[in-house]
Formats: sequence, structure tokens, C-alpha cells
Amino acid sequence: MRRLKLGSRGGGAPAKLPTFYLPLNPMEKRLLLEESLLNLILRRLAFQLIENHQSFKESVFIAIQPRGIELMHAVVNALEEVKAIKPESLQQGTLDITFHRDDFRSGKSLIPKSTNIPFAIEGKRIILIDDVLYTGRTIRAALDALVDFGRPKDVELLVLIDRKLHRDLPIQAKYVGKTIDSIEEERVTVDLEGKSVWITPKTPDNG
Amino acid sequence: MASLSTEHLLGIADLSTEDIQLIHSTADDFKEVLSRKIKKVPSLRDVTIANLFFENSTRTKISFELAEKRLSADIVNFTSSTSSTKKGETLIDTVNNILAMKVDMVVMRHSQPGAHRLLSRHINAKIINAGDGAHEHPTQALLDAYSIRERLGEVGGKRVCLFGDIKHSRVAISNILCLQKLGAEVMVCGPGSLIPKYVSGLGVKVSHSVQEALAWCDVANVLRIQLERQHVRYIPSLREYNQYFGIRKSHLDALDKQIVIMHPGPINRGVEIDSDVADSEHSIILDQVENGVATRMAVLYLLAEA
Repeated sequence: MRRLKLGSRGGGAPAKLPTFYLPLNPMEKRLLLEESLLNLILRRLAFQLIENHQSFKESVFIAIQPRGIELMHAVVNALEEVKAIKPESLQQGTLDITFHRDDFRSGKSLIPKSTNIPFAIEGKRIILIDDVLYTGRTIRAALDALVDFGRPKDVELLVLIDRKLHRDLPIQAKYVGKTIDSIEEERVTVDLEGKSVWITPKTPDNG
Repeated sequence: MASLSTEHLLGIADLSTEDIQLIHSTADDFKEVLSRKIKKVPSLRDVTIANLFFENSTRTKISFELAEKRLSADIVNFTSSTSSTKKGETLIDTVNNILAMKVDMVVMRHSQPGAHRLLSRHINAKIINAGDGAHEHPTQALLDAYSIRERLGEVGGKRVCLFGDIKHSRVAISNILCLQKLGAEVMVCGPGSLIPKYVSGLGVKVSHSVQEALAWCDVANVLRIQLERQHVRYIPSLREYNQYFGIRKSHLDALDKQIVIMHPGPINRGVEIDSDVADSEHSIILDQVENGVATRMAVLYLLAEA
């Protein structure tokens, strides 16, 4: 039997790893996107939407509660900026997915927020919006919830941040602001009011 | 994040003001669900609920059943006329036998006040009181307060008068407690024989004049004269009751304000309330029934979650 000879180089401290091997400290808050880059991304997303939807006559925007709403407003504003599309002419709704979650009764308190879809989605093209795509479970629940309102022509997903390494379900976004490799101990915080996106350590409250 | 402070819903007495507000805000969301094309959500799909009605009920039973079905729960129904309680089995045994079949929640109506509290000490399931004797009927009070909130914006600061048979009414006690917790002023109005002495201890006003009470209140909640309990002769006759305590259109026309008319049902038309009042635009009687499903969904959802 071969024996592993550890520390055969004569003991002492192990050789120091080059700095690029060291993981980033997950306990550190770091900036992912700042204002100018964020604006650029929102404009790009607006152009991509126009490319696929042109006049938005048969398209509707549905934001997932609570954090998709700010992003929906930002995207709608960007559409006005780049192509002078009036926000009033776009149909916008909000969707709460609490009742469709798959982790009900797992100890987390799930207090619902309001759903407001004041139009028929039958035969419409839905642009579903959320800030961060992580495990994909929220989107699964949202797709489930949307079925209650009718049968849309298709559903596309728009997210600002895609945490691509953590998907639990086969779900992917059509429009992505930025794809990142983050670790599970981190949390992505989108602050559209402060025009920035941060990576922060996960704590019991924000997990 | 908020959740209910109690494990069971035995009575309004156990709930805090925050609990009631949480139930109401959750009911708002279920009301929206009920306006959808598909009025059903999968939240309670892994929960089994037994509806045990040891006393007759139509409205409450249907309302609970619909609420449970809209939440995708599995349900079993039981009415005492077909049960083994007639064969001498005790309440705890009956319920434990049902729970042995893996039931998570029990919705129960029983003629004995406190039956739910007794049961809650002996069984391992969430219990919801759907009426215990003349004691409490918490979901009715929650939906009444919800309906007032929906019509008038808020319950706090409003004046609510309960008319009729306060003595035999579980709706009255639960309503008084619930409205007071939400900051409303409460009055009761009826013949002296149907108003129990203890009500003044609850901090409510007492009146024996319909005109005076109607002039005072913003909301008139008219309770049923319980025909089945009148063999003791609390009132001389139903006609006389209607004469002195029935709510008539002429009463409302004489007021210089508009008041909201409520009735928990079933209505005895021409006894405690006249048809033209019950069917007027001030009446929210059918809204109460509609809100009953949303309120009960909220209660079931919040208790199942805890």
C-alpha cells in the first residue's frame, strides 16, 4: 500500500498559495455594478426588448413581488428614454408568488404581498421580471401562479443579475443584465434607488 | 416577519390586535385570489382538514369547505347526526379516532362552550372554532370586522351597534371582543330579557331603544332572533318583537346619516329586520358572506403555516 507522505518537504508551514487562488473574503461587501454601468445595462435590455417586441402591442410586463417592481419601472423608463415609448401605453402588473411557493410550512414565515394584474393575459406575450435569478424556484412558482390568470402566448424572463452557478431547476432568463459567479454564502442586493448592485455576506435576516 | 401569536383559533379573546390585522391583510390577498379566473392556490395541498360539525350549520360549513378547497387542502366532513357520538363515544375519543387517520387541522362546531379549549389540551392538531354554544364564533367576528373595514376604510373609531338576541349569540361576544380590539365603540340594543347582565362588564353601552341606537351608530349589525330558543318566552311574541325592536325602512329614513346594515344570517325577514332594509343598498349582508371565504382562507393559511 502506498502511503501518502504529507509534509515530506521537511515540515514547516505549507507553501504559500499565489494570491489569485485565494477566494474573495465572503464577509466583505463589494460593489458589483455602479451607476454608469447599470444605466448602460438597462438601455441594452430596453433595446433587446424592442428588438423582440417592437411596439409591445401584444406584450405585457409582470413584475414579481416585491423586488421585481423597481426593476420593471427602471426598464420601462429606459424604454421611454431610448425609443420614446410612453410608460402609460405599456401594460404593467405585479405578481405575488407566496401562495405557490414550494417551501410553505418549512419554518419561514410567508406573508403575502399584493398581486395586481388588471388585464387579461390570454394570448399575450409576458415579460416576467425579477431582480436576481438564483435557484429558479421563485420563477417556477411565478409560472405556476400565472397559469391561474389564463394562457399566455409565451413567457420570457428578464433579470438584472443571473447567479448562474446555483440553479436548482432547469430555468433560464432570456434577458440578462449581468451574469455572475457568486458563492452560496453571498447575497446579491439590487439597489435601484441608489443605482448600484452589491454583493454582501448572507445573514440570517437577509438569507 | 409576522405570524399569528396563537396555535389554535379558539376565540377572539386569544388574539392580539396585530393578529386580527394580519388576518385582515392576508384576507385582502385571498380576496384577490378569489377574483381570478382560477380561484385556487396550492398552499395547503399537503394539509388534511376535518370539519366536525356537532351542531347544524349551512353557511359556516359551506364557507369553511370552500375556503379549504380554494387552498387545495384535503377535507373530510362529519356531522353529528351520522356519528358515533350518538352511540356514547366521548368527544376526545371521537376526535382522536379521526386524527389517527392523519388529520392536521380540525374545524369544529360544538354546542358546549369551551369544547374546543378542552380538545386543544388533549389532541395534537390545530383547532379552529366554528362556534361553541353561546360562547364564541371567532371567524364570524373576523369577517364582520373585515366587511366593516372594507366598506368604511377602517374599524377603529367607528360606532357599531349589535341588535337583537345578545344573550344566546356567540356572534355577539366574538364581535364585541373583536371590534373593541380594533378600537371601535360598541353598543348592544335589545329587550332586557335578551341582554345578559355581564355585557356592561365588557365595556359596551346598552340601549333599549332602536331609534336611539340607530342614531348613535355607524354600523348596525342585526343578530338573529333564535327561534329555536324561544320556548322559554324571552319575548312575548315575534310580532311584538318586530313592533319594538325590528329594523324598518322608516327608521333609516328618519336618520340624517347613512348607516351600514349587517346581518350574520340566517335572516328572519319581518322579525328582526324588514325585507326592504335587508335588501337596501346600505346592506352589506351578501358582502359578509363573500368575505367569509377570504377571511377563513386567511385563518387556515396563517394557522397551517405556524
